[in-house]
Amino acid sequence: MSTAALARPPAKGRLRRIRRRRTLALGVLTAILALTVVLSLAVGANPVAPGDVWLALTAPTGGESDIVVRSLRVPRTALGVLAGISLGVAGALMQGHTRNPLADPGLLGVTQGAAFAMVVSILVFDMTGLHTYIWFGLAGALLASAGVFALGTAGGGRSGSTPVTLALAGTAVSAFLYAFTSAVVLLDEQAMDVFRFWQAGSVAGRGETVFWQVLPFAAAGLLIALAGAPGLNTLALGEDVACSLGQNVAVTRAVGIVAVTLLTGASVAACGAVAFVGLMVPHMVRPLAGPDHRWLVPYSGLLGAILLLTADVIGRVVALPGELEVGVVLALIGAPFFVALVRRRNQVRL
Amino acid sequence: MRLQAVDVTLGYGDRTVVDGLDLGIETGTVTTIIGPNGCGKSTLLRALGRLLKPTGGRVLLDGKRIDRLAGRDVAKILGILPQTPTAPEGLTVADLVARGRHPHQSWYRQWSSDDEGVVAEALQLTGLLDLAERPLDELSGGQRQRAWISMALAQGTDLLLLDEPTTFLDLAHQVEVLDLVRRLHGRGGSTIVMVLHDLNLAARYADRLVAMRDGRIVTAGTPREVLTEEMLLAVFGLEAKVVPCPVSGAPLVVPIGRAS
Repeated sequence: MSTAALARPPAKGRLRRIRRRRTLALGVLTAILALTVVLSLAVGANPVAPGDVWLALTAPTGGESDIVVRSLRVPRTALGVLAGISLGVAGALMQGHTRNPLADPGLLGVTQGAAFAMVVSILVFDMTGLHTYIWFGLAGALLASAGVFALGTAGGGRSGSTPVTLALAGTAVSAFLYAFTSAVVLLDEQAMDVFRFWQAGSVAGRGETVFWQVLPFAAAGLLIALAGAPGLNTLALGEDVACSLGQNVAVTRAVGIVAVTLLTGASVAACGAVAFVGLMVPHMVRPLAGPDHRWLVPYSGLLGAILLLTADVIGRVVALPGELEVGVVLALIGAPFFVALVRRRNQVRL
Repeated sequence: MRLQAVDVTLGYGDRTVVDGLDLGIETGTVTTIIGPNGCGKSTLLRALGRLLKPTGGRVLLDGKRIDRLAGRDVAKILGILPQTPTAPEGLTVADLVARGRHPHQSWYRQWSSDDEGVVAEALQLTGLLDLAERPLDELSGGQRQRAWISMALAQGTDLLLLDEPTTFLDLAHQVEVLDLVRRLHGRGGSTIVMVLHDLNLAARYADRLVAMRDGRIVTAGTPREVLTEEMLLAVFGLEAKVVPCPVSGAPLVVPIGRAS
């Protein structure tokens, strides 16, 4: 047994070293996020000196720069962070649960559900206020996801929902809802205006209220996602092994879907269809985190926020005096970057 | 007897594979289930390991119905390794083995130095310490199988069920894996149930054999009792000579041909 006694410390040390490296990466990502937050507060179409930004945050006097910073940039940044974290985490969960590297948070019909509910609320109930139809967007997202889950479960037979039946149900429900949304916006000009604006995906002009409206949903989703990460790790070894390790596969999957729905629903209702973040971010952090969801999930959240804020800042300055929506910038930068990433790394298989 | 199947009926959908079967696994032995393809041996193992719910009858673990126990509680007593499990790309051996500790962890207690000790020991026992940081997909088939067994070992269960642990391995690696199983058994006296295809290896490495055909147990006992020319004819439809193995003295099957 002396060899075992000798061999144990280095093994432990090696395990510790991996852990330290991963903690360090978490710190670095947090620092970069802090930097992008500062950038997002300091940069914009209305030039405000860095000193004035600081004064506006700490000792506001009600001047013009105070209004720009406090009522435009702060809510915009807060919403960017919230949506970025939500979409990044939702993407990591979605790819983990479906074991499909091309899954994105919209796979469960959440995005189309929100869009449909919003345009219907405008057409039928004549809702005009942003704050009202965000509730409808959230409700639509949750309902669509519940519908997809029910369909996917029914399609899976005795074994319940499987990644394949979920993806099929999600695609079908999304196509169905999109058809209705298209019909509605062709009929109603006001709905069309809202829809166009929403579809591009933007964190601008939402105001503080929207942030507080969706925050509880995103926060709940994030907590569930973090708590479910170890279970997701067992699921990655296949359903049999997960079950053998004492994990209830059906419950784990259902809870994961609730988390994805809350996160994506909050982000989509507030900011519209921001493309690419959920799909791209998990691939970018996988080289850092490895296949361990306990690291992959928080990394994805942080990088999602970094990416979304950076894209938003770029969108503010490239088309002066106008702006590009964050969704447009993300797609413009994201698509080629993603292609390059996929070509460089063989990370597509899960 | 800690693990027992009582009058179990097993199947998938409308298809019944096993009908009213009784089997008790003797504690502290290595039991191997043998039988022709499709006889229901893997199905039976899955039911014993709580992966498949019986449509009739019951599986008892320590006298309690296994499907009524909490998954996590079962996972601390009984581990089952399915046939050819898959792992995500890039997963290291150490990470895989660490996942075996899952049933002992909770959201407030993720990782302790206890876990670390158990994982290091499991790696040591399976001879994988030097490969701990290598991704699983870079290992040979035999090494990979050892890594999975190492994970099941880290789970720290008294009962271990292995479904064809030697599939797709060449003979040397088959022997390597079965030697490991035997060593693990010798160490803690744990109860091991395997499904194996190779009868000679089954006879050599098992204390007890269970021969199945068409979802029924034809005969069970020591390899010497079970592995007879009559059994081979009845269960496998195989004409064969059974001679004593020159190395271990266990019965050795020399096939002649399919019975017409």
